[in-house]
Amino acid sequence: MGKRLMKGNEAVVHGALMGGATHFFGYPITPASEIAHGAAHYFPASGRCFLQAESEVSAVNMLYGASGAGARVMTASSGPGFALMSEGLSYLAGAELPAVLVDVQRAGPGLGNIWPEQSDYNMVIKGGGHGNYRNIVLAPYSAQEMCDFTRKAFALADVYRMTVCILTDAYVGQMMEAVELSGEMETGDRKPWAVYGNRESKENLITSIFMDPVLLEKHNRKLQEKYREVEQHCVEYHEYRTEDAEYICIAYGITARICMSAVDELRERGIPAGLLRPKTLYPFPKERLAQLAEGKVTFIAAEMSNGMMADDVELAVSGKAPVRRYGWLGGVIPTVSEIVERIQAEADKGGGR
Amino acid sequence: MIKHAKSKALYDTFERKGAGQQVSHYCPGCGHGTVHNLIAEALVDYDITDRTVLMSPVGCSVFAYYYFDVGNFQCAHGRAPAVATGVRRTLEDAVILAYQGDGDLAGIGTAEIVHAANRGENITVFFVNNAIYGMTGGQMAPTTLIGQKTMTTPEGRDALHDGGPIGMAEMLNALHSPVYIERVSLSTPQGVLKARKAVRKGLKYQMEKRGFSFIEILSPCPINWKMESGASRKWLKDNLEPVFPVKNFRDHSKEEPLKGQKSELMTGQQLLQLLQGDAAITEFAESSLQEEQYVKIAGFGGQGVLSAGMFLAKGAIAEGLEATWLPSYGPEMRGGKAYASVILSRRIIGSPVVDSPNVLIAMNLPSLLAFEADVVPGGHIFVNSSIIERKVTRKGVQTVYVPASDIAKDAGLLAAANMVMICAYLACTGALSIDTIRSMIPQSVKQEKHVQANLKIIDASLSYLQQQGLISSETELL
Repeated sequence: MGKRLMKGNEAVVHGALMGGATHFFGYPITPASEIAHGAAHYFPASGRCFLQAESEVSAVNMLYGASGAGARVMTASSGPGFALMSEGLSYLAGAELPAVLVDVQRAGPGLGNIWPEQSDYNMVIKGGGHGNYRNIVLAPYSAQEMCDFTRKAFALADVYRMTVCILTDAYVGQMMEAVELSGEMETGDRKPWAVYGNRESKENLITSIFMDPVLLEKHNRKLQEKYREVEQHCVEYHEYRTEDAEYICIAYGITARICMSAVDELRERGIPAGLLRPKTLYPFPKERLAQLAEGKVTFIAAEMSNGMMADDVELAVSGKAPVRRYGWLGGVIPTVSEIVERIQAEADKGGGR
Repeated sequence: MIKHAKSKALYDTFERKGAGQQVSHYCPGCGHGTVHNLIAEALVDYDITDRTVLMSPVGCSVFAYYYFDVGNFQCAHGRAPAVATGVRRTLEDAVILAYQGDGDLAGIGTAEIVHAANRGENITVFFVNNAIYGMTGGQMAPTTLIGQKTMTTPEGRDALHDGGPIGMAEMLNALHSPVYIERVSLSTPQGVLKARKAVRKGLKYQMEKRGFSFIEILSPCPINWKMESGASRKWLKDNLEPVFPVKNFRDHSKEEPLKGQKSELMTGQQLLQLLQGDAAITEFAESSLQEEQYVKIAGFGGQGVLSAGMFLAKGAIAEGLEATWLPSYGPEMRGGKAYASVILSRRIIGSPVVDSPNVLIAMNLPSLLAFEADVVPGGHIFVNSSIIERKVTRKGVQTVYVPASDIAKDAGLLAAANMVMICAYLACTGALSIDTIRSMIPQSVKQEKHVQANLKIIDASLSYLQQQGLISSETELL
């Protein structure tokens, strides 16, 4: 198939449909609205369902209903809206319902602004809702990955009966690049636990309530086992020029792309820099980080937040190598040269060891 | 206590409550049991038990799924109508019931019930109103009467402080879409009979796909009202019914229900076709790009700044290059200022942000002023001299002045001034072939007359550049 030039946000819709999405429930918000625009066109045109909800609270509960009835469901929002969905995320997790949620991050707190930030990290990765639950979190950094990761998200959600979040940012969402669709459209299988409104599925109950603490503990243990399994099988990352790198940037989304350019410039200056880009933020590539920490290396956790991801980097590195925290706040985007100069200064000091 | 024979729509024993359980969790004298029986009996009579899906709320009826032998959902507090909407949009033939109390529906869930009603979702909502929170231990409900004592209004509900009781049936009756709204009361046996009828209507209308039905049921709560069962029914009649009039508010069942048309579910192949449309980019030519291009195009909203950038990016893809396009967006754009950052490269592009362009295309004066200083030494600045009278002041850059708006206007399409600027840029730098641009016009421009106008504009632009000696006369003209 040919390539098309499209926004990351549009690519999400293409990926979703190829991934077998049947239902989109959402509420408009900048900088995620193009996802709803695309869904409003393509979902009904292909015999699928698009519905604009009255709020993000309702949208996520519509996901709960449709997913419980066996559909492949999704929504898309940005931080303020995603926060409102936290209640629903917890219920989806409790009831083990598969769903795909896209968060095109903007700057906060509060209304903040519509420029990119990566400060939803804790809310999405650690869980904004209550209870011991996790979401699988994928972090695309290009329009092609917005398509591919969204597509993949639906199968992952079904396999693990979990919410899969696409955590991206305003720039990756708004940016246009070539996107190529290939392969077959996926479809979901019949789900033995879903309520289909027929005799065969009548015994099924979609619920997150377990009144007996012993039963609820058992349910929680089961969830934790599932999360351990996800941690074993689902970690993905991308390494760029890390083989002999002494300065390794850890970054995702738009920041990873900026770091990639910085790595190239540093290499031209003879500084051995590299990039490790988590493609999954939960599960986090902590084993690979721990391996890399054995070498002579300084990590640079670069993100548009106050160090939310850096906390995970430090946990994984566990004191074996220095971790520098580069953070940008409020919608200010790092420049390539700024990162280059800071790492150059590190190198001039002799690696901080 | 009178034991009714159980309907077949209720489980024989309530295993979800506990092994072998036969008694419900409801308090003596509570109305929920009556309402459960009325619904269950109707499900059996209509023979719809197998295809019924019940939304249990949060509140005293949180465990309704202990009892109903149907497909069951337990919902977050107040969200049952949203969950029901999700189910409705998935299961065409299911009979979908939302069962909610007054805190759930009239308090925390007002948005969900109002909008499900307003969309005319084909569901049936049973709203059990007993003017108090039961499950949490007798606090004020939105429907609590003025002066009524509860755990959170120990001196009685004060209208000045807490407002008055909400009439949900009245409120929903203000909406266009619902098909059936009725309020009934369990205060007397006659009232229960009326409730029975209303329950059946609500189900029947859904089975006929008529839309949204709402049945508000005034119901006693002896425990939290701190009364005996008989007294509670009298109190219900004497106090609740005057505030919440028992009546039919609406029955539009005689009207023809709205019917929509749904597209067929597309197969994978059809879907691919739909997604690709005719916008897939054909690869035309080998690129002769020498140097990575960091392009900033800036102007007023409406000058085609963003589309010019897209055109460049598509051209690059058509020549097998990598390309990124990043817009200014949001309120800034609606304020009339627009710019696009475009990168064209032979290798994978890292940052799509253009901080230091080597090409600036300035469509208006503010853009030139804003970005002139950012251009790298040796870079190009293309100035729309039809609009910008000022000259470029900075040194070390190559500046090309093009009366783009005039050339476009002369060629009959003022809106295509952006195309003139693109031509000037590409012809002067050779970043992409002009032939590629020509080949892309028919794909990118919808109307045939605009295709011709754009092609004419390309030639007019090249002629101008040749006249000015900006490009050699060998540059091919059609």
